[in-house]
Order: sequence, then structure tokens, then C-alpha cells
Amino acid sequence: MDRIKLDAWVGIFVALGLIALMGLAMKVGNLTSNDIKTTYVVTANFENIGGLKPRAPVKSAGVVVGRVDSITFDTKIYEAIVTMSIDERYVFPKDTFANIYTAGLLGEQYIGLEAGGDPENLVAFDKISQTQDAVVLEKLISQFLYNQASKEEEEK
Amino acid sequence: MLTFFENIGRGLRLKITRLGAATRLFFTIISYSSESFKRFNLTIREIYFTGVLSLIIIIVSAFFVGMVLGLQGYYTLQKYGSSEAIGVLVALALVRELGPVVTALLFAGRAGTAITAEIGLMKATEQLSAMEMMAVSPVARIVAPRFWAGIITMPLLASIFSMVGIIGGYVVAVPLIGVDEGAFWSQMQANVDFSYDIVNGFIKSLVFGIACTIIALFEGYDAPPTAEGVSRATTRTVVTSSLAVLGLDFVLTSFMLSV
Repeated sequence: MDRIKLDAWVGIFVALGLIALMGLAMKVGNLTSNDIKTTYVVTANFENIGGLKPRAPVKSAGVVVGRVDSITFDTKIYEAIVTMSIDERYVFPKDTFANIYTAGLLGEQYIGLEAGGDPENLVAFDKISQTQDAVVLEKLISQFLYNQASKEEEEK
Repeated sequence: MLTFFENIGRGLRLKITRLGAATRLFFTIISYSSESFKRFNLTIREIYFTGVLSLIIIIVSAFFVGMVLGLQGYYTLQKYGSSEAIGVLVALALVRELGPVVTALLFAGRAGTAITAEIGLMKATEQLSAMEMMAVSPVARIVAPRFWAGIITMPLLASIFSMVGIIGGYVVAVPLIGVDEGAFWSQMQANVDFSYDIVNGFIKSLVFGIACTIIALFEGYDAPPTAEGVSRATTRTVVTSSLAVLGLDFVLTSFMLSV
């Protein structure tokens, strides 16, 4: 087989491979659809993060605006510190409320941001002070049972 | 009774010696790599033999694997009323696991055996000794180009496998079964992450490429120069490569999932 034909076949092969890789990146993966490139970092303290994991989405009004970077535990205040990076295109007021929600009944947990009314905006490395913990199902159930029991006590 | 333990010990020592020889061959290849890069058309020739000629088997098997994944996935998912998730299932299964692994197994069977048989026959017909007589290093001229060709070929083949497999899954899920096309792709894009899933699959295929090629090269280079020796070496290539791929797959997956 002569040189030019060989080169042509190998060229076709390499091009096919690269096209497949590009296809995987663009069509299958979320390289294009979710291009959060420039972000700023904010932190928030939670007493209980439930099942929140790094890389969980940060949503506002249902739109993904960022991702959770890391979750650490502070032994001084015994709270979890959640660091999240938020897309630079979206700015939030300083008194934004951060909640941990669950997608569906048993779905993954995410952080929901609810904008407040402060005229000043959050900047990089700010701390969101108003937070609400994850709902722990066991706590909810035990509270419910406790209430029921105390109600029955009163009726007697 | 003593001979039994003697045999075990001898077998183990032989295996360890061969592992050491394979490692030595690996570093010899690395040290001769610059020479083989200067004559890159040798590597291109090997990419043709290992890559281009493997394309048919890779594409056909990828298409069928994708279609089977589509059917099996739909059968299970529709029980839970989430048949739209079939795109995610097919894409993640292919990109993370089946693409690299099945490609490596096919590569070992299709290209690895060819490499072993070729080098083994070259050794049996004393072509390698003849090269050494002419002061041409057989490692630089024969072994290193095949090594680099294997490393370049394997990730490309795995990417093609994953893409064709996803197309196969699409063909079954969307036109044949009637899953919504938009849901198929959007769910896939929402759940397949480039830097986690696709890059991890790529790293896997790169590692498998190195492992399969070095095993095939070593078995050929180390084969006894007889017809029987070459045939045994070819068998060993397939067996060792397959086991190495599956073992490495577990190790790599556990590394990647722990991050």
C-alpha cells in the first residue's frame, strides 16, 4: 500500500475519532449547555446539610445558577460551611436566603437561593447569613408523633 | 509433595521474572521513543493496521451494544415510568464503562493478537536478530512504533465506540420504541458531565491502550521462536490483556468514584 493512501486512511480514522470525541463533548455531555465559566464564590453556614453533596446545583427560581464547590465542617461553631460558586451573570442581594431543598420526595438535594430586597449585592467571598437547613425526614416524623401524643394527653 | 511446592515456586518466580522483563521492555520502548518519532511514518503504518482495520468490528459491535442497551434499558425503566431516562442510561453506561472496556477487549482480540503473532514470527524467522546484526535496534524499529500506535489508537477507538453506541441506542429508543427525542437528548446532556464522565472514560481508554499494547508487544517479543511458542504467546496475549483490562477497570473506577 503506498504512502498517500495509507496517510489518507489514517487521517480519516483520526478525524473520525476526534469527531466522535467532539460529539461526546458537545452532544452527549454538557460542555455547551451548561457553560458556567466565570464564577464568584460565596459561602453559607448550615446547621444540617442533610444529604447535600459537592457539585450539587445551586438554583434560583428553578434555574441552575451555580454549583456547590465544597462542604467543610467548622469545629468552632459546629456548623457545616458550604462553599458555592455562582455564575457571574447572576447577582444576588446581600440578604439572599439560602435553603436546602430536595428535588422530589427522594431526589437529590440542592441549594435554593431566594433573593431579598437589599440594594447591595453579594460579592466574591461573601457569606450568606440567612440559611435554612435541610429537612430531615426522621426529625419531621418524630415531631409529628410527639405532637400527636401530646394532643392525646391533653384530651384526657 | 515437595515437587508440588517446587512447581508453585518455580511458576511464581517465572511470572515475576516475566513481569520484570515486561517492565524493562516498557522503559526500553520509552527510551527509544524519540527515535521512532523521528520516523513517524512507521507509526502511521501501525495506526493503519491497529486502528483503521479495527474500525469495522468496533463500529458494528458498538452499534449492537447500543441497541441492546436501549432495549434492555427501556424494558427496565418503563416499569418505573421513567423511560425518558434511557438516554442517560445508554450514554453513561457507554461513556463510563462499556466504551473503554469493550473496545479494549476487542482491541486485544483484533490488534493485540496480530502484534504478538507478527513480532513472534519475526523472532522465529530471525528477522529481529538480523536487525541487531545490522546495528538497527529492533525495539526502535519494530516495537516502539507499535506501542505509540496502540496508545494513539485506543482512545480514538473508544470514543468512536461510545458515539456509535449512543447512536445505536437512539435508533432503538426514538424511532423504534417512540421515546420523546427531546427528552432523550436533554436528559442525557443534563446528566453526563464532560469533565467527570467523558474525561474519565478517556483516561480509562488511554490506560487500557497502554496495558493491551505492552502486553501484546511483550508476549511477541518474549515468545519462544517456534510455531507452538508463537501460538501460545498469541493465546496468552488475549487472556492476559482481558484480565488486565478488567482488573484495571475496577481499580480505575474505584479511584474515579472516590474523588
